[in-house]
Amino acid sequence: MIHSKFKTSLLCGSVAVAMASAAGADTVSLFCSASGAEYQLCSDAATAWAKDTGNEVKINKMPASWDEALPLYQQLLSAKSPDIDVMLLDVVWVGMLKDQLLDLNTVVPAEEIAQHFASTVAAGSVDGKLVGMPWYADTGLMFYRKDLLEKYGKPVPKTWAEMTDTAKVIMEGERAAGNPDMWGYVWQGKSYEGLSCDAIEWLASSNGGTIVDAAGAVTVNNADAIKAVDLAASWVDTISPKGVLDYDEESSRGVFETGNSVFHRNWSYVWGTSQGADSKLKGLVGVTALPSGSAGGPSAGCMGTAHMGVSKYSAHPEAAASLLRFMTGLSEQKRRTIDAAYNPTIATLYEDAEVLAAVPFLGDARAAFDQAVSRPSSVTLGDYNQVSSAFYQAVHSVLAGETTATDAMSLLQADLEKIKARGGW
Amino acid sequence: MSRVLARRERRAAWLFLAPAIVVLLLVAAWPLSKTFYLSLTDANFGNPDQYGFVGLRNYADVLDDRLWWKSLSNTLFFTVASVGIETVLGIAIALLLNQAIPGRGMLRASILIPWAIPVVVSAKIWEWMLHDQFGVINAVLIHLGVIERGLAWMAEPGLALWVIVFVDVWITTPFMVLLILAGLQMISKEVLEAAYVDGVPAWRRFISITLPLLRPSIGVAVLFRTLDALRMFDLSYVLGGNSQKTMTVSIYARNQLVSFQQMGLGSAASTWVFFLVALAAILLIGLLKLHKPAEG
Repeated sequence: MIHSKFKTSLLCGSVAVAMASAAGADTVSLFCSASGAEYQLCSDAATAWAKDTGNEVKINKMPASWDEALPLYQQLLSAKSPDIDVMLLDVVWVGMLKDQLLDLNTVVPAEEIAQHFASTVAAGSVDGKLVGMPWYADTGLMFYRKDLLEKYGKPVPKTWAEMTDTAKVIMEGERAAGNPDMWGYVWQGKSYEGLSCDAIEWLASSNGGTIVDAAGAVTVNNADAIKAVDLAASWVDTISPKGVLDYDEESSRGVFETGNSVFHRNWSYVWGTSQGADSKLKGLVGVTALPSGSAGGPSAGCMGTAHMGVSKYSAHPEAAASLLRFMTGLSEQKRRTIDAAYNPTIATLYEDAEVLAAVPFLGDARAAFDQAVSRPSSVTLGDYNQVSSAFYQAVHSVLAGETTATDAMSLLQADLEKIKARGGW
Repeated sequence: MSRVLARRERRAAWLFLAPAIVVLLLVAAWPLSKTFYLSLTDANFGNPDQYGFVGLRNYADVLDDRLWWKSLSNTLFFTVASVGIETVLGIAIALLLNQAIPGRGMLRASILIPWAIPVVVSAKIWEWMLHDQFGVINAVLIHLGVIERGLAWMAEPGLALWVIVFVDVWITTPFMVLLILAGLQMISKEVLEAAYVDGVPAWRRFISITLPLLRPSIGVAVLFRTLDALRMFDLSYVLGGNSQKTMTVSIYARNQLVSFQQMGLGSAASTWVFFLVALAAILLIGLLKLHKPAEG
């Protein structure tokens, strides 16, 4: 076993070297996320790769909002532009960009692909083509103030209803104790893709389905989904500030990390930021899987795995593939996990002693990944954006109190069926 | 002889006009006709080379979409409210700046600042100033005791569109002021002085002399601003994102084209926007009698 693994890595190493020398000094264009810490990680790694291989790398910043990054990719790709070689992909884009990305099965050895969780490889594949190499796993998680739960003798909530009660008790207690800015729960309620994630978590954990089921039928108008959205709407202006209707990940994190919220739903990067040396909350934050709709029910974090892909129109596919393999490879994933708590997609890293020492919650996070719920992008393919945008706008109008969940979900059902009938999936 | 001369002059006129016509054809007629052509197809950005003709179906599909009507009503509300307020403020400030007050030059230059900042930058500045937890506006209002807890301006269904109107007024009132001020300075002093000597009261002089003579300037300013407001994209997009509360028809068309990759449907939506703007232009030119000189 050890022997064969050793041989594999030797083989990979030699392939990488051979590729680099054959490619010579190519300039590869890479798209990195624009947010501070993540950009630094990405560009450091790319620079290291360039130094190792003698190639050059041109690092582009993606637009700060990922909703804006996709149209940029689509424009570059539909113009068959060679300005884009390697790009960071959100899992929901895989189906939309599949025809314009390289099949990575042809450039990455099968053993290397097999190191990654099978579920993440499946999420990056369409019709047997692997177009998005798994880069880091992510899912919606519940962050909470350990110190406050202890102070009020409350357990970590298992259901949304329990979370609602606990948040209310602690919020009122802290306000009475002299912090008028205290809130119970901050999350992402802005009218954008992030709300689709938050809302599909409420639905899926309450037995309310995933908007469109695996067979392609629109299922969003059901009693459990309506109940789940109603519960979320009841948070606005009670345990959550009304401004939550305008919050994305970063603005909600701002409220939590200034110490003004008991609970916070976000991606795993918040573990890294809230434990930073200059964080007000260092040592006070706990993280757990999101609550369920009912006692003993499932927890459903939104699957938000990031992938990496190579453009079909790349002028240097070998160099691009070499960069992609470096970025998604074992040592780089290990570095990202230890330095910034990005969750690896390579199974063996979850048993690595160094990694576990740096990120103790990794074991729990893995359980959350296993239960993660996918947005219906692999069913709706090119129409996913339309489906998601109709969904988050409907949910947003309920949260804002403009309509009721019953009306919004039945209108949404009709709208989605219209999109489907108009030549959709 | 004179007929030859006339023909020669006509030919020269066409020759001089030709570059402008060519440029117009290239930058206006070509993209417009291309958009119209695409609006009759089911073209998709994912595979832009393969498409079929669907007739006027895209136009019907746009009209069949609730979100289109919501965007349209938002756009019309925004246009009427913002242009209305800007016109009133514009006239008032222009009258003020037309008086010989000390430091007038400085004042004129400084009111242009909001107009000089790119809209996206202004919108971002306002986004932070209006933030419900960290924004300076809420801090000031709480301090003054007007509100108890910070308002989430863009999250309130009744407030969001007014916030956009407010920021637009802040940005574009200087433009109105400038155009109206130019009109004010063209009004000859003698007419007003004669009325003054005759004992006509100030409000009467304003209603019967200044305002009618200002009509062409105000008309042009209102026309420009209305056409601009009907196409408004940046302010709503930065402040409101994809929220239905503030979506305009331009954002709607952009979403169909860019987010949903539907070149056909998006082009149909863009064509509707074009018709809307063209209709508004024709109505306004007729209504404000911009093709006729000022009476007086």
